[in-house]
Amino acid sequence: MTQSLKNNLLKTIVLGSLIATVPLTALAQTAQEKGLAIAKERKLRDTGWGSSEQNMLMILRNAQGEESEREMRSKNLEVSNDGDKGLTVFDKPFDVKGTAFLSFSHINKPDDQWLYLPALKRVKRIASRNKSGPFMGSEFAYEDLSSFEIAKYTFTHLRDEACPEQPDLQCFVLESIPTDKYSGYTKQIAWIDQSDYRVQKVDYFDRKKSLLKTLISSDFKLYKKKYWRPLTMTVTNHQTGKSTVLKTSEIKFDVGLTDKDFNKNTLKRIR
Amino acid sequence: MKIGFIRLILQRPYLVMLSIILVVAGLGYGAQNLYFRGDYKVFFGEENPQLNGFETMQKVFNKNDNVSIILAPKSGHVFEAESLELVYKLTEASWQTPYSTRVDSITNYQHTEAEEDDLIVEDLLLDPADLNASKIAKIKQAALAEPMLLNRLVSDRGHVTMINITVQLPELDKNQEVLDVTAFVRQIAAEYQTLYPDIDIHLAGIVMMNNSFQEEANGDAQTLIPGMFLAILIMLAVLLRSMLGMLATLMVIICSIVATLGGAGWAGFFMSTPTINVPVLVMTLAVADCVHIIASMNYNLRQGMDKLLAIENALDINIVPIFITSATTAIGFLTFNFSDVPPLRDLGNMVAWGVMLAFALSVILLPALLTVLPVRRPKQSEKTGFMESFADWVIAKRTPVLLVSTLVIVGLTAFVPLNKANDIAVEYFDERVKFRQASDFMDENLMGVSTIDFAIDAGESNGVNKPEFIKVVSDFTDWLRGQEVVDHVYSLSDTFKRLNKNLHGDDDTYYRIPADHELAAQYLLMYEMSLPYGLDLNNQLNIDKSAIRITVTMDNIGSKEVIAMEDAVNVWFANNAPQYSVTAASPTLMFGHIGERNMSSMLIGTSIAMVLISVLLIIALRSWKLGIISILPNMIPAGMGFGFWALYSSNINLGLSVVTSMSLGIVVDDTVHFLAKYKRARMAGKNAEDAVRYAFASVGRALWITTLVLVSGFMVLAQSAFALNGNMGLLTAVIILLALAVDFLFLPAFLILTDKKEYVTEGKTNDSVTKEQLA
Repeated sequence: MTQSLKNNLLKTIVLGSLIATVPLTALAQTAQEKGLAIAKERKLRDTGWGSSEQNMLMILRNAQGEESEREMRSKNLEVSNDGDKGLTVFDKPFDVKGTAFLSFSHINKPDDQWLYLPALKRVKRIASRNKSGPFMGSEFAYEDLSSFEIAKYTFTHLRDEACPEQPDLQCFVLESIPTDKYSGYTKQIAWIDQSDYRVQKVDYFDRKKSLLKTLISSDFKLYKKKYWRPLTMTVTNHQTGKSTVLKTSEIKFDVGLTDKDFNKNTLKRIR
Repeated sequence: MKIGFIRLILQRPYLVMLSIILVVAGLGYGAQNLYFRGDYKVFFGEENPQLNGFETMQKVFNKNDNVSIILAPKSGHVFEAESLELVYKLTEASWQTPYSTRVDSITNYQHTEAEEDDLIVEDLLLDPADLNASKIAKIKQAALAEPMLLNRLVSDRGHVTMINITVQLPELDKNQEVLDVTAFVRQIAAEYQTLYPDIDIHLAGIVMMNNSFQEEANGDAQTLIPGMFLAILIMLAVLLRSMLGMLATLMVIICSIVATLGGAGWAGFFMSTPTINVPVLVMTLAVADCVHIIASMNYNLRQGMDKLLAIENALDINIVPIFITSATTAIGFLTFNFSDVPPLRDLGNMVAWGVMLAFALSVILLPALLTVLPVRRPKQSEKTGFMESFADWVIAKRTPVLLVSTLVIVGLTAFVPLNKANDIAVEYFDERVKFRQASDFMDENLMGVSTIDFAIDAGESNGVNKPEFIKVVSDFTDWLRGQEVVDHVYSLSDTFKRLNKNLHGDDDTYYRIPADHELAAQYLLMYEMSLPYGLDLNNQLNIDKSAIRITVTMDNIGSKEVIAMEDAVNVWFANNAPQYSVTAASPTLMFGHIGERNMSSMLIGTSIAMVLISVLLIIALRSWKLGIISILPNMIPAGMGFGFWALYSSNINLGLSVVTSMSLGIVVDDTVHFLAKYKRARMAGKNAEDAVRYAFASVGRALWITTLVLVSGFMVLAQSAFALNGNMGLLTAVIILLALAVDFLFLPAFLILTDKKEYVTEGKTNDSVTKEQLA
């Protein structure tokens, strides 16, 4: 290729991208608005489920291929105008059996968290801003498992494309930037299918904006003809080679839970 | 056949040159396949047990490659607002390091304390705006009381602190990854150094070490190789006094290097810090070949021979001796294959190949070039007479000479046992290297840079939470802390005790192992749920909670002491906790073991080199007696050299383990030349005195010259700041110099006093053969 040809090509590319940016900048506002609209629709479609119970099994794997399991039961209560409430009782490993974890998610302030330690027979408040560390040594962080709230992120719609795991479905690709400075992430990129607004895949980016881990949700099942739940969630850490599979089973809705079931004073009685 | 081959070269010089250039270009094209690996792991073969143990431990727990940023306030006080502010800011900035997964410092340390029924887990310094006298006092008190921090992240005097960045290199392009990390860390260090001129910043750690391997290889390539060219030019100018002879030699050298590296590229070799100096070695050895041929040619020209005849004769009399000396040198290098260290094997193979190439080029390309170039008759005649009078002196004083030289030989060699195998990766870099300075500073002011990781396996899931297991870990930790060489122990037993205290309202009497299994497990669960991203316990616990990793940091001790520590730990567990299994791994341990193992395998390699070379000499000299006598001057220089080394340094690193077989292959050349002339004279009926005189007169000067060339070449190598190369160069230079002394003093005196029996003169039929060999 001659030098002049190269220059011409370069000019064309530069000019072309300048022209291409014009509508993009015009769209910039709407990309965020569209992102927010998608997030709101996602939240809307998952509103009104009331309360639920489920069993969870976590399978941890390290880079050497070793495995370890955790088992727990959890109860959730939908709270309107604030984050949800959750109560998780650990069954396995046996040495933490009966340990109960109560959490009140909040939209605009740090979540409240308590832990009942049966061996100490005391309820302890976890007085920490930290929610980005590994949950039970897994690749999930507490913040990955807590309830999805619009105010926790700012959204940008990036593009539409076929869903990575289900190419027959079309996905929104949504960038979410956490608003809490104690989040472990600088951004998340989520693939949300356009038919049911289910989160199919999430890429998590660490503080230095490198890809940290990827969540793939699968085995979606429809409950109450409205609410989709993934029965399998797999997180792979790209930096350490570790992974965790979270399998949910025996999901029950309308179990009649109320605020009274999510009370730190009644934690001790939970078994 | 030989003469026919020589004539062909002389008659068709252009054809010869063209073919050679095509072959060299073809080989040289392979150089594009060469790539560089600047990473300490190149020193370990894939089957190396310590490397495999280390890799496994890195997969079970997280990798712990790191960069240490060491901060030394000029005021001598870390616990001051300015210093703490810098630690805070640098900690924040360090999270942006490429591939970083964890940053530990005294400011982001997850301090725990009780507050009524809450467990507070918080950065020791959450916000530098909080810094006031009482906050600083609180930080100081907490940091100096915390075994996780004391003598690791902060010195007990509170005068030096460290920020430790853990990186997980994906190892796709490891060199580039190391360069990226280094560039970033250096940039933030430089930025903050200008903002905080009163606080010195040093950089150490595994990543910086790997970076130094690359930088020093680069440094060697950029200074030693041009330095070697310069040295060769000067030597050739002085020795040959011929511009064109110099030019021809340079051509041979350049072609040798190109073909050597290119061939290595075709064969799939990679370059590393030890092999980066292959060009220097090949150059050195190639020059010696050329000098012999050109010196003979000049001699012939001065004798009035015409040019073509002078070249033909020079080639005729030199081709066999040069072949033999090249072959012995190559054998010496080929025995590097006994080494357990892959880059040393590569070094041996590449130089052996290069030496044989240099031989071929100096008997094919060099005469062709000399034929074509307008070589003039040298005007100056050689100074003669010095060698002869030296010979007379040796002959006259043979008894005292033998006595004194034997005493010196025995005396110096007696020191050999004082040497000890010692491979400390940090000390591969001499004090000129910044990384070494930073590591030494860290060793003197904070903690050493030798570490061993111990994985203790409880043998069952969640076994790490059992009080009896924690008790063993705690006792083991205490025992380690009682060892003199140990600077710091990073142990989970401290965390258990601290949590027990925190969850009992910070009551100091509860600073002990939790009373039962469930309690310990639940404390740990609570603590883990309180930790932020990057500061979790996954670097200390496996996922099954059946094993923990304890990291022990020690003074910069030698490999023997490192292995002794590993053994002592195994004995401790056998005596105190045989129910648990313990495994040790770390780069320090890898270097400790490789040094020992390599030493014993190179001993075998050296013995084989000695046998092979002696056999070759017996064949070449066609004399059992002289072949066996030659063992003395061949082996003595190495013995004396290592005796000298014991007095000079006494540390034998991987680079020195190959020096004996390498120098053997080189010093044998002197012996071959000297004994060949000696035998030739004896066969001609002369007695030992006259034969010695003849040997001095005919090869004395040539031996001086080649020794000078070789010593200069290895002294250039000795300038390397990378001790593996530098020490190897220095000791080899010393041995080559000693070899000349042995050949000029001990050997002639020994021959005169022991070799008195007359030689059976062989028939005339053998005469031409003898003449060729002995020239």
